[in-house]
Amino acid sequence: MSGARVTGGGGTGPIPTGTGSTGTDPGTLSGTVPRADAAKPRRGPALLVRGLSVGFGGVPGTNPLIDDVSFEVAPGECLAIVGESGSGKSLTARSLLGLAGAGSWLHADELSLGGASVLGLGEAGWRRRRGRDVGLVLQDALVSLDPLRPIGREIGDALRLHTSLSAGARARRVLELLAEVGLPDGELRAGQRSGQLSGGQRQRALIAAAIALRPPLLIADEPTTALDVTVQARILDLFEELLRAGTALVLISHDLAVVSRIADRVAVMSGGRIVETGATRALLADPQHAETKRMIAAVPAGRPRGTRLSAQDRPHRPEPEIDPAVLTAIVSGSVPATAPTSVSAAAGRVVLEASGLVKSFRMPNRSRLLAVNDVSFTLDRGTTLGIVGESGSGKTTLARLLLALEPPDAGEVRVLGEAWSGVPERARRPRRAALGAVYQDALASFDPRLTAGAILRDVVGSADQSVELLDRVGLAASVLGRRPLELSGGQRQRLGIARALANRPQILICDEPVSALDMTVQAQVLDLLDELQRDLGLSLVFISHDLGVVQHVSDRIVVIENGSVVESGGTGPVFAAPAHPYTRRLLDAVPRLPTP
Amino acid sequence: MSDLEIQAGLAGAAARRRSGRRIAGRIGVTEVLAAVFALFLLVATLAPGLVAPGDPLAIDPRSAFQAPSWAHWFGTDESGRDVYTRVSHGTLSSLQIGVAATLIGLGFGAVLGTVAGMLGSVVDFTVNRLLEVMFAFPGLLLALLFIMVFGPGPATATLAVGLATAPGYARIIRAQLVSVRSSAFVEAATVLGRSRARILLRHILPNTLAPLLVLGTLGIGQAIIWAAALSYLGLGAKPPAAEWGAMLSAGRTYLSTAVWMSFFPGLFVVLTAISATVLGRAVERRLRHA
Amino acid sequence: MAEPVTSTHPADPSRPAVLRRALPRRALLRGAARIGGAVLVLWLVATVTFFAMRLVPGDPAEAVLGGPGSQTSPEALAAVRAQYGLDQPIVTQYLAELGRLATGDLGRSYALRVPVAPLLLGQLGGTLLLAVLSLLLAWLFAIGLALFSTRAGRWGRMLGSGLEIGAAALPHFWLASALIVVFSSWLGLLPPVSTPGPAGLVLPVLTLAIPLAGFLGQVMRESMLTALEAPFVVSARARGESEAGIRRVHVLRHASLPGISLSGWAFGSLISGAVVVETIFARPGLGRTLLNAVTVRDVPVVIGVVLFVAAAYILMTLLTDLAQRIADPRLRRA
Repeated sequence: MSGARVTGGGGTGPIPTGTGSTGTDPGTLSGTVPRADAAKPRRGPALLVRGLSVGFGGVPGTNPLIDDVSFEVAPGECLAIVGESGSGKSLTARSLLGLAGAGSWLHADELSLGGASVLGLGEAGWRRRRGRDVGLVLQDALVSLDPLRPIGREIGDALRLHTSLSAGARARRVLELLAEVGLPDGELRAGQRSGQLSGGQRQRALIAAAIALRPPLLIADEPTTALDVTVQARILDLFEELLRAGTALVLISHDLAVVSRIADRVAVMSGGRIVETGATRALLADPQHAETKRMIAAVPAGRPRGTRLSAQDRPHRPEPEIDPAVLTAIVSGSVPATAPTSVSAAAGRVVLEASGLVKSFRMPNRSRLLAVNDVSFTLDRGTTLGIVGESGSGKTTLARLLLALEPPDAGEVRVLGEAWSGVPERARRPRRAALGAVYQDALASFDPRLTAGAILRDVVGSADQSVELLDRVGLAASVLGRRPLELSGGQRQRLGIARALANRPQILICDEPVSALDMTVQAQVLDLLDELQRDLGLSLVFISHDLGVVQHVSDRIVVIENGSVVESGGTGPVFAAPAHPYTRRLLDAVPRLPTP
Repeated sequence: MSDLEIQAGLAGAAARRRSGRRIAGRIGVTEVLAAVFALFLLVATLAPGLVAPGDPLAIDPRSAFQAPSWAHWFGTDESGRDVYTRVSHGTLSSLQIGVAATLIGLGFGAVLGTVAGMLGSVVDFTVNRLLEVMFAFPGLLLALLFIMVFGPGPATATLAVGLATAPGYARIIRAQLVSVRSSAFVEAATVLGRSRARILLRHILPNTLAPLLVLGTLGIGQAIIWAAALSYLGLGAKPPAAEWGAMLSAGRTYLSTAVWMSFFPGLFVVLTAISATVLGRAVERRLRHA
Repeated sequence: MAEPVTSTHPADPSRPAVLRRALPRRALLRGAARIGGAVLVLWLVATVTFFAMRLVPGDPAEAVLGGPGSQTSPEALAAVRAQYGLDQPIVTQYLAELGRLATGDLGRSYALRVPVAPLLLGQLGGTLLLAVLSLLLAWLFAIGLALFSTRAGRWGRMLGSGLEIGAAALPHFWLASALIVVFSSWLGLLPPVSTPGPAGLVLPVLTLAIPLAGFLGQVMRESMLTALEAPFVVSARARGESEAGIRRVHVLRHASLPGISLSGWAFGSLISGAVVVETIFARPGLGRTLLNAVTVRDVPVVIGVVLFVAAAYILMTLLTDLAQRIADPRLRRA
């Protein structure tokens, strides 16, 4: 598999070709601290992997989960390993630290860190290298840092294990590290635990713990996945600084767009193999392998409304016939001239209207949290309204208000021109059929005792109609007898959409419907929603934290921050010329594929 | 906390931890052994003659205090009765007490827990205080108090154990109900326009009561131990009844000379309790991953 | 690097700064509520016990004079009724009882004819010693077993888990018999009945500790396994932490949390077990006193023991709660 072996330096951008010694960079990470191995000059790649195979159990060498993988990373270079869940990318990352796990076997022609082979290294040998020669940054620092220990201790651990520094010296070094990763108030932070920090702060602390000894190689496994886009951008900035200081970085991610920002080279993994590799720009501009093409096509940011993100997954169904005029109208954000057939003409143009919605919650300390603050918008028939905001912005509370799961403190929701909030549930119940909902956690939204068939029959009454619904969302009838737990994430979300459609709703409220899915599955679900909207004339409220997704699916968008609307308007205009600084910040942070 | 809540928590934790390992459906050696023993108990309950053809009350003074042998697997007692026969025939009354007590505890607990979880603030508060008061009589104390009021005997011992275990069941079921009621799938049903009664009957109650089978299986072990303890203290079944606790109580006098009189009835109590735990966990795993 | 972190967000639920200021008052309020709740439960326990005891069949006065079988004159009965206040209306008796309880007076024993409070105070020490020693020993066993079984291979794990399930299923009465047979009849090492010295404590403590260790060990092992699979352990390994270090620095603490939270329950079940153990080993204490009192229907003693045990149990639960908050910083913020 020599094609997978790539040499460093093929990328664009400023890659230091030096030895990664300190003092070459005037940035914040300049060498105030001696590197653990400052004395010995390093030659060649920081990491060299040739013919790596890893598997579990059985006869070593059979059924590998990682199959004959080769790559190398030079000092100051960033290699991104990109793949969907189950592609073997995380296992690859851990194997590089000898942490593949209990019962695993590893075979490689060559595996060396900083020029020294680590093949056949015993546990004690690995322990001496981990943290000193190679550092690891995991996803979601809430659980990747011990929640019972102050982060100062966690960060100081590597110093405790690998140096003979006194406790006082370690504490001072920890404060320096906190400052380096951009966490001010080091004294205060060092005494806090991961639960007391925000997501971005935690991730910084985790990075500080990994770079405490300035290892020449850093491996980051989905380091930004759980973070808001603006925070994600800052963390990537931090990695960029580390790169400039000469650290070699292996970045593991499911999101091609995220890594393309800082990766010099990209390796695409699928089924335990590296299927394609190359300089980032070149690979994105001219992908060779089908998997790479699929992943690139699945990135929604900057893709016009209505374009498919996934390959047609149901060849037996003819493409729905779309009136080109309607399509143009949808793309341009205006209302289709002809109302879709399933809608009664009397209902008017606006199907959903929120005016002055306010909702607050009592906090444990008796103060009130204003989750939704004076939010107003309208949803026009047959269009999609995107509601975008970061975590904690009140998106989910807003969805619950729209679904009348909670009453608003003030303001009103009107559905199809009639009062929706503020009326007794008994009066609302018969009208609920007009409003369907698609949830982020589809699995939790199904009764765990019921099979897919029972879930659908609960709503539509007959098995025939269930099959019809399943077909509608691209699921085979064989799914009927299975429980949601046995379905894949994409199948669950399709089932969720099928159930939402069962009542023949005119409006769908989608609350983060694709956040839990792999990129290509996300693309399929987005395409499905788009197709359904066109076929059935649905009106969609699409709530998401992902600006790229919202841009792709929405005709109009509403940007909310801290429960208030900061900007709204047609998707095109808002994205072209954002008026509010918050929107601009969000937009700048959206990971995009570089345009070739 | 109660023994039962811990057992239930452990069964859940073990099932969750195994779920990632694709061995959830595998049946282990321990489960097979537990099932075999449970089968033996079942036969001994329904047709004790099949496993032990002798008469449990047949006295033979000449062969008193015989150590275990091929003729008397578990030895003989002070009147020459065969201990194996007595233990096997005692299965019925021992299990009867354990199962009945579990059903009482479970029933009482299910009603209390459901009522508390469903009827809201005032009832919930009252029931919670009541449970706290019952928990303040830890372990056997509540059963002892009950026996003091209603007098000793197998029937009161059964009721007493049932009552003493009820708060544990009640709290688990209440917690389950509260979590099911606020779960995403109940909200999803609301959004679909289902009526409250239908949501209650179709989703909330079945999911709340689903763990009862597991709880009951786990609880039988504890109930049998407690019932045997009461018999042992002379507050439940009395010798010469062939009930395990009563046999142990009778064997106490001869502990230094005829260990087998105490050992084997106790062994059956222990094995029953272990089987209940193992099978309860197996059922939990099944339910979670079926 | 001024990133818009959520903690400076005016609408973020995890605002640490605000919570820190609000904590002392909230903690005080919570503490007061907990103590108030404890008093309420204690009062309810007293009430339930009082009225339950009125349901005990038979004439209490007869019980005082030696049980229903004894030949007693109506005059003597009347005198006893007057002495114990049994001729008053039940509400008066109840209020009088509450008044006495509030001043620490638990009445006089029917059977032993002595004041209950001093009688029980004399027995309390022995039972508490037994319970506390057993709890400590059970903790030691449990941690040891959990450490062993999470360290060892497949067979070690199965052995550890089997030992724990088996131990948790051991009834006190049977375990006590087995220990007596082995250690006193066969080996002759220890006395079969509890003597005042430390040697007399060994078997009772073992009897109580082993089943408890089975429970605690399983719980600790579960949380140890959960912790060992947690991402923060991967992080620690990636920093070069050894397996022993991971257990010492991270896992042991996580494993001890449920152990701490179960200690309240464990204490209750130890007191309950003391009834059996003190009887078998003929050891003076609250448990044996209670069993004797139940057998002869000595109502004041039963009420006294129940209140003692309930008070001790509630106190232990409060302490457990406090210990949990100290051991787990996450609870302090919740």
